[in-house]
Amino acid sequence: MHSRAARPVLAAITAGATAALGLTGCAAAPDPGTVTVLNSATDTAEHTKNQRFFDRCARPLGLRVEQISVPADQVSSKALRMASSHSLTDILELDGSELPQFARTGGLRRLSDLGVDASGFSRSAVSLGSYRGARYGVARAANSLALYYDRDLLAKADVTPPRTWDELRAAAKRLTGGGTYGLAFSASPDADGVYQFLPFFWSAGGDESRLDDGAGEAALELWKELVADRSVSKAVVNWNQQDVNDQFVAGRAAMMVNGPWQVPVLAAQKKVDWAVAKIPVPEAGGRAVSPIGGTVMTVPKSDDPGRERNAAKILDCLNTPKNQLDWGQATNNVPTRTAAARSYAERNPELAPFAELVSTARSRTARVGTRWPAVGDALSGAFQSVLTGRSSPGQALQRAQQQATAGK
Amino acid sequence: MSTLARRPQLLRWLFVAPALLYMAAFFGYPLLRNVLMSFQHYTPTTYFTGEAPFNGLANWRAVFADPLFTEALWHTALFTAGSLLGQFTIGLALAVFFSRRFRLSGVVRAVLLLPWLVPMVVSAVVWRRILDQEHGVLNTALQALGLSDGGVPWLSSPSVALLSAVLVNIWIGIPFNMVILYGGLQEIPRELHEAAALDGASPWRAFRSVTLPMLRPVITVVLVLGFMSTVKILDLILALTAGGPADATQTLGTVTYQLSFLRLDFGQGAVVGNALVLISAVFAVLYLRANRADFGQGK
Repeated sequence: MHSRAARPVLAAITAGATAALGLTGCAAAPDPGTVTVLNSATDTAEHTKNQRFFDRCARPLGLRVEQISVPADQVSSKALRMASSHSLTDILELDGSELPQFARTGGLRRLSDLGVDASGFSRSAVSLGSYRGARYGVARAANSLALYYDRDLLAKADVTPPRTWDELRAAAKRLTGGGTYGLAFSASPDADGVYQFLPFFWSAGGDESRLDDGAGEAALELWKELVADRSVSKAVVNWNQQDVNDQFVAGRAAMMVNGPWQVPVLAAQKKVDWAVAKIPVPEAGGRAVSPIGGTVMTVPKSDDPGRERNAAKILDCLNTPKNQLDWGQATNNVPTRTAAARSYAERNPELAPFAELVSTARSRTARVGTRWPAVGDALSGAFQSVLTGRSSPGQALQRAQQQATAGK
Repeated sequence: MSTLARRPQLLRWLFVAPALLYMAAFFGYPLLRNVLMSFQHYTPTTYFTGEAPFNGLANWRAVFADPLFTEALWHTALFTAGSLLGQFTIGLALAVFFSRRFRLSGVVRAVLLLPWLVPMVVSAVVWRRILDQEHGVLNTALQALGLSDGGVPWLSSPSVALLSAVLVNIWIGIPFNMVILYGGLQEIPRELHEAAALDGASPWRAFRSVTLPMLRPVITVVLVLGFMSTVKILDLILALTAGGPADATQTLGTVTYQLSFLRLDFGQGAVVGNALVLISAVFAVLYLRANRADFGQGK
């Protein structure tokens, strides 16, 4: 009789445990003195650096900051899982291109409601953290793309850093030879390739909300010609931005398109004497339009206004001009307050092109908002099919526009 | 009386209950949710509000209308068929080879297991370097041997990339096939081969008329398990080509990943996921039937 009774109990325990496992996830009772942050600082050095700045801001307020770090491509799915179990962190640090999808859910607090200081930021930085005119995220620092070049190789070939597309083609051709390509860029079918295509696409007048309006074709034409000239390796369709940097450091590319986050690697090597120039524009006197990239810190809505206020205080502190400048120095990214960006350019003259770009750069989501992932996919499809000879620039962008607007 | 009569029945159900509960919680529920999700407008908002309005066939229509789905379906079929064919043929050949005992055969067999032990993402990253068009080891080696001019676009040409992915996956899958088939070969009684030899059967004839028929149940297991792990391939492709160049290596796995985790359109992602489940289910049923037939014969 005892054993008979035991079995249903066991079954009930199993059922209960299973249900409990499914329902609670890993929600823990939040400690009022702790501000939690979800970010992508999985790298130990980066995690420690972040913690130093968080501590600097939290201590005077009598608070503690606890980071939860997951790989960058898992931040959004982790955040969604946390949201569904009501255990989202007090600060959520997202990639700027992911912000609209989260802002649209209504789960993020408008920063103006929390009184987060919005003065003195560059227009592009504000745009990076905004959705439909409201500011949801603040970027401490941001990045963009520029043209790195190998001083020795350029001097040897008697080439000056190109400023226009014609000069770029000519320079890349002259610099190619003996196992070295004139130029390297990333044309991988993911966010890296799309990010690198944008400065060319936008500078040519391309519009991400109307991919097939003809203006962007010139950018595809340029990439295609560079590969056809053999000034750029055909393998760029496989290279991400890290691969591009590897090629440059190995002396296999005389110039490359890349971001300031490569500076630590470049500074640590002695082989290549490098410098940075602005990305060439279609015609002399034209304006270069580069993309702004980086993460933004947001404040998810909470049942406890006190937690939101604490998060807002931390954000304000992290973004004082001094802290922005220190953070920019520590991470090789450009501060987003215009005054801090200016000091940054003065302190790092070799990175001045980035400082200038970041304050004028364009946000990927400013025009298309939550549709950006679909548009980005469509754009990568376009340059991949052109570079592999599958379609002409015109056809590729027409198809891309259809893909980007399918189901809309 | 009635309780006594029902007791054995109740007891039987109690024995089955833990297994049933486990299956329902960890297989039934997610499967059902996935099917439901494919009929819902399931977006990031759902996670915050808990609301996922039903939208009928909208997700299904959107996925099927996208030419990429058809392309990915075709690539998945080619990838799976090519991988299985290569893995199985080479795996079987190696298993037969190693079933004859010779010096160091155990050591060599153990070494051949290595590709299976390495995490797939690691293999893919290494192969990505080996197959690099410019400075990859493979092209450099081919060039040194005078077999090519060194510029085979393994991963950078849409017409070659899928083949390269298949080759890498064959390399990964050989050990699994070899081990299982080797085990199967050990089960075949030696007397059968001796009898065949006495009857004057050539080695090829003995392989076809003794080894293959005796190995059939094991072959079915290897192929079906191989099919199921290959058809949903994702990590290998993501690390090797990210679906490129020009979508040449997009499979159902990469498409569902992109829809769910990059576009955060979980409803549409679920549609592709369901298609994968359906395809696997068809083969699972075929497997069960084949197995039943084999066991029937055995008795």
